[in-house]
Amino acid sequence: MRISVDINGRAYEGEVEPRTLLSDFIRHGAGLTGTKVGCEQGVCGACTVQLDGEAVRSCLMLAVQANGRALTTVEGLAADDELHPLQRAFHEAHALQCGFCTPGFLMSIEAFLREHPDAGDDELREALAGNLCRCTGYLGIIEAVERAAREMRGANVQRD
Amino acid sequence: MKPAPFDYRSPASVDETLPLLGPDSTVLAGGQSLVPLLNLRLARPELVVDVNGISELDYIRSDDGPLRIGAMTRQVTLERSELVRPRWPLLHDAIVFVGHPQIRSRGTVGGSVAHADPAAELPAALVALDARIHLRSAGGARSVAAGDFFRGALYTAREPHELLVELEVPEQPEDARSGFAEHARTHGDFATAGAAVVVAPGGHAAIALFGAGPVPARANAAERALAEGADPREAAALAAEGIDGEHRRALCAELVRRAIEEATE
Repeated sequence: MRISVDINGRAYEGEVEPRTLLSDFIRHGAGLTGTKVGCEQGVCGACTVQLDGEAVRSCLMLAVQANGRALTTVEGLAADDELHPLQRAFHEAHALQCGFCTPGFLMSIEAFLREHPDAGDDELREALAGNLCRCTGYLGIIEAVERAAREMRGANVQRD
Repeated sequence: MKPAPFDYRSPASVDETLPLLGPDSTVLAGGQSLVPLLNLRLARPELVVDVNGISELDYIRSDDGPLRIGAMTRQVTLERSELVRPRWPLLHDAIVFVGHPQIRSRGTVGGSVAHADPAAELPAALVALDARIHLRSAGGARSVAAGDFFRGALYTAREPHELLVELEVPEQPEDARSGFAEHARTHGDFATAGAAVVVAPGGHAAIALFGAGPVPARANAAERALAEGADPREAAALAAEGIDGEHRRALCAELVRRAIEEATE
């Protein structure tokens, strides 16, 4: 089946089988390998992308279901050479080691913070529960997300 | 793993969908339970009927009194609904425990109900609220009380040629209050067990347990006791009576107590 998907503002066309997963189309069809494939059963969150602004698991969608829709992947997060505040905070707070889970975390949390800019610490932790990280022990990730949330609210990010 | 090959159709209306349904086809709604099963090849349907293009099944309204939710309404739409939260708060309280935001953005209310996982929140809430499940087939339409719809783990009263089209939740009694409690090892994981409670002045009490057996079930003896003035702890002990396993029994009693207290505090 012929599909056309807008990814990060650019149209990607391809021929896919009905069974082709969206995660595989993003990586192999569009060549955007920032999106990672972990468990392929909706548990780990590594493949999270945004569909029309909402975070979704791309391993739980068929590529044909994204035909004519707009996706954002981690490659679409930074504006030109300027890192997104979340990306910068992950870098500064050592929120990644191997980095495999990072794109999924970023795409999940970016959508969450847009809807809940004033989320408290407990809400942020609950929002992070849909993504697994096997390196960091999560504390760096929590720190980074809190930092980015403060910055995105316009608060002073400098810590004494 | 990747799914085994299948034929794919994406009808644009209910009428186009019904003739495609049968023993060799599977309905793809939000896909948050079906696609893992396809990926693991635990499900190998010949035909996948994708109902995501049926916009006529995406609605939440209560024009004629009861709340009517189209089967293809996303869980996140229910979560954000300004109509649902003030009048049927139990549905809101239950839906925020369904998976994670990344799951609720795709997952549908009809999918949760049709999949019938014994640990699922929405079926238990519907059982507590005396909801009805509406089904259509090429031969006609029927509705089934939520309490009769769930027949076993992942097994419902829906026939293979039927499409789940609507959840109907009656208006709740005057001044009804509700409570919802569950235990999961991580927020968003499948619950070990949980409880949904509705109480109202005049002796109305509904207690539904999930994760306690193969289907969400009402605790009738506990409801009677609560309506007659039993305290939350006594009613909760009655609700958990007969549940297999000491741990699960104790857990269910505690969750029912919390849900009753939330509804009566």
